[in-house]
Amino acid sequence: MMPAISLDVDGPAAPPRLNGELVFDAPWQSRSFAMAMALVEEGHFTWDQFRDHLIATIDSWESASEGVQYRYYERWQEALESIVTNRRILTNPEIHERAIAYAARPAGHDHGHDGHDHGHDGHDHGHSGRHRH
Amino acid sequence: MSEHSQASDRPSAAVRTEALESLLVERGLVKSEVLDGFVNRYVNDVGPMNGARVVAKAWVDEDYRRRLLDDGTGAIGELGFSGPQGEHMVVVENTDEVHNVVVCTLCSCYPWPVLGLPPEWYKDPAYRSRMVREPRTLLGEMGLDLDDGVVVRVWDSSAENRYLILPQRPPGTSELSEEQLAELVTRDAMVGVAKVHAP
Repeated sequence: MMPAISLDVDGPAAPPRLNGELVFDAPWQSRSFAMAMALVEEGHFTWDQFRDHLIATIDSWESASEGVQYRYYERWQEALESIVTNRRILTNPEIHERAIAYAARPAGHDHGHDGHDHGHDGHDHGHSGRHRH
Repeated sequence: MSEHSQASDRPSAAVRTEALESLLVERGLVKSEVLDGFVNRYVNDVGPMNGARVVAKAWVDEDYRRRLLDDGTGAIGELGFSGPQGEHMVVVENTDEVHNVVVCTLCSCYPWPVLGLPPEWYKDPAYRSRMVREPRTLLGEMGLDLDDGVVVRVWDSSAENRYLILPQRPPGTSELSEEQLAELVTRDAMVGVAKVHAP
């Protein structure tokens, strides 16, 4: 079954935006997006190389995840981890270890960045990624 | 372990994103301020209004319209819009006979410099597969009913080409200025899932 296409971005519930749409549902999505941009700009890989990883992660998700809500930026982040480890910029274990450590922080410490938090204004104040632990 | 973890050993994408950023920053591979800059740019500065200006100019300036259809990247660059995902721009024109619509079946490629980042529905697997299989039906569901005589062409974005639709100028707008016309042009019309309507 194909899920219905949501047009909520244009609905009355959509927050007003300068350019007419909400581009990120949660701050972490904007950080993941920007990391890919920055690494491309710094020459660590090209956009087309990243795109190949993105296509592969979307494809494998779609063939394995019937009935599960598709979340584009989760696939984006997965592709980013994939290319970063594939090109030996970082290793899988170190990313995993850091993520486990962050996930284990006391409740309230990670600001509930689960992809469902609303109310942020798209500006990059106080979101994850800039905390120092 | 976060209650939002998807699997027992796999933290959420939000937490993994934070972990990845902290590691990249520690190694000096990215700077948080650079990331802030990208986010601000795409949230605040780059959006469908850029594309709307391109369309409005093409409606009032026949020479520009021809250049736009002939060399999308160059003509869009004349207005100062360029950057990542804005290379290889191809502009296709809607007419009484042909309606064009854009999709990226593989990964949601989208012409960022003119439209900003893609809306949720553009990235949806259903849009990406159905727009190829049954465009007329899907366009109808999205509120665009086309006459049977109109040919629907679906353009699949790729690494080589990014598409922008030049919608038809709505009737009854001959008195409007270029700026006023630009305000009528919507993102959806430039993806090809809607028409532009007179005010």
